Amino acid sequence: MNTIWIIAKRELNSYFDSLIAIIMIVLFLGFSGFFTWISGSDIFLISQATLRPFFGIAYWTLFFFIPALTMRTFAEENRSGTIEMLLTKPVTDRQVILGKYLAIMILITIALALTLPYVITISKIGNLDAGGTACGYLALLLISAAYASIGLFTSSITTNQIVAFLSALFIGLFFHIIFQIIAGGMKGFLGQVINSLSTTVHFESLSRGVLDSKDIIYFGSIIFMGLFLTEVSLSKRNAFN
Amino acid sequence: MDIVIENLTKRYGVQKAVDNISLKVATGEILGFLGPNGAGKTTTMKIITNFIAADEGDVYIGGKSLKSDPLEIKRHIGYLPENNPLYQEMPVVDYLLFCARINGIEKPKVESRVAEMIRITGLNSEKHKKISELSKGYRQRVGLAQAMIHDPEILILDEPTSGLDPNQIAEIRKLIRELGREKTVILSTHILPEVEATCDRIFIINKGKLVADGTAESLRKKAQGSDILRVRIEDGDINQIFKGLQSLSAVSMVDFADRQKNRFDVHCKSEEVKREIFRLCVTRNWVLTEMTPFETSLEDIFRELTMN
Repeated sequence: MNTIWIIAKRELNSYFDSLIAIIMIVLFLGFSGFFTWISGSDIFLISQATLRPFFGIAYWTLFFFIPALTMRTFAEENRSGTIEMLLTKPVTDRQVILGKYLAIMILITIALALTLPYVITISKIGNLDAGGTACGYLALLLISAAYASIGLFTSSITTNQIVAFLSALFIGLFFHIIFQIIAGGMKGFLGQVINSLSTTVHFESLSRGVLDSKDIIYFGSIIFMGLFLTEVSLSKRNAFN
Repeated sequence: MDIVIENLTKRYGVQKAVDNISLKVATGEILGFLGPNGAGKTTTMKIITNFIAADEGDVYIGGKSLKSDPLEIKRHIGYLPENNPLYQEMPVVDYLLFCARINGIEKPKVESRVAEMIRITGLNSEKHKKISELSKGYRQRVGLAQAMIHDPEILILDEPTSGLDPNQIAEIRKLIRELGREKTVILSTHILPEVEATCDRIFIINKGKLVADGTAESLRKKAQGSDILRVRIEDGDINQIFKGLQSLSAVSMVDFADRQKNRFDVHCKSEEVKREIFRLCVTRNWVLTEMTPFETSLEDIFRELTMN
C-alpha cells in the first residue's frame, strides 16, 4: 500500500507541476459551469432545484477529459524508457498500475469536489434531493473510474500519447453511445444484452437516484477489465524494449 | 552477494538474443561485460534486473532464485539502464527522494541518504535544477545516484560512460571504483580500456554466446599462446643472432620483426628466457638495446573473438 501511495504521489506532483491538472480542472469547471448555469437547458431554464443538468454535462466533459489525463501514464514512460527504471525498483507491476490509477482518481475527485459550491447554491435556492445528488456524484465517479481504467490500458499499449488518447476515446465511444444505438434497432434478448453494456443506460438510472447493485457491478467489471488488461499488456515488455 | 546465471536463453522471435549463457560472479567482484552491439549484453542485464523474463534458465542472487522471489531480490540490486532513463521534468532532489522512498528506505533516513548521495556524486550545485536542464555528465551522475541510493549489494551498470567526454569518463570511473569497492558489480561497455581500468574479470559475448571469460591477462595469454618478447640486438650478423636465439633452451620460436633494425619476436617457454638472452649477448659480444614484453591489445582479442 505504501508503495502504491509513493507512486501515486509522484504522479500527482507531475500532473500539478506540468499544469496539466490545473488546466484540466479549470476547463472542466468552465465547461460544466457554463452549461449548468448560463447556457442550454440550464438550471434556470428548467427552474427546478436539481443538479441533473450538471450531471448530464459532466458526463460528457469527463468522457473527453479522462483520456487526456490517462494518455501519458504509460505511453510517456514507454517512450522515454523510464518504465524500465521504475519496474526494476522493488515494486510489482500491479503496484505501479494501481499507483497511477489512484493518482488519476484523486485528480478527478478533486475536480468533482470543486463543484460542491453548486450543490450548496442550489440547496439554498430550493429543496434539493440529497440522496439523488449523492447518487449523481457516485455515478460520475463510477464512469470516471471506468473510463480511466480504459485509458490506462490504451496508454500501456503504445509509446505515443495521441494514439493512447484516440484509442481510449474510440473504445469509450462504444460504451458511451454506440451500444445504445445498436440496441435501439434490435429486439429481444440480444438487444437487451447490448443495451445493458451501455454506460449511458447505467449512468441515467444511477443519476436519477436509483441505487442498484446491477449498475455497481457493471462499472466494477469495466474497471476490473481495464486494469486487468493493463497488467497483461505491461507484462509483455518486449514490444518496446 | 554473488550472482549465478544458469543456462540463460532469451528469444526474440526466432532469433536468440541470449543463447545458453552460464556465469558466476563472486561477491565483491567487478565483472566487465563486453561484446559488439546487439550481442545480448543489455538483454542479459534486463533479465538479471528482472525487467524481462528469460525463456529458459534462471538467475540466482545470494542463493535465491529470481523467479521465486523477485521483489526481495530487486531490493539488493542497483541498476543503471542503458541510455539512463530519468523523469526529465523532476528536480534532482525530488527524483532522488522518490527513488529512496520506493526502494523502501525508512522514512527518517530518506533525507539524509539523499543528501549523502548528492554529496558523493557531486550534484550539490545542481540539486534544485530539473533533470532535463542538466548536462549529460550530470545526468549520468543522477543515474548512478538513483542506482546506489539504497546501498545495494549488487550493481548492474549498462554502459555507464557512454556519450561522456574523457574528463567525465574518468570521474564516473572513479565513482564506480569508489562506490563499488564492497559490491558485486556487472558493468557493460564497449570501451576496452575502461574494462582494463575498472574490472577484475572480463566476460565477452557474441551473438548471445559466451566466447571468453577471464582476467585481461589470461585472455591475452590465451590469444597469443605464449609470452612474446620483442628484442633488439645490434653489432652482430643478423642470421647468427637468429640462430643464437633459436638455440636457447627457453625459446620456442623466433620471428624477424624488423630485419633492418635487428628486431626479433621471441616466443618463450619460461621466465628464464630474459636471462638467457642477456648471457648470450654477453658471451657473443652483441649489444642488447631493447627487450620489451609484447602484449596483444585487448582490442585485437576482442576483434578476433567477435568477428566472423
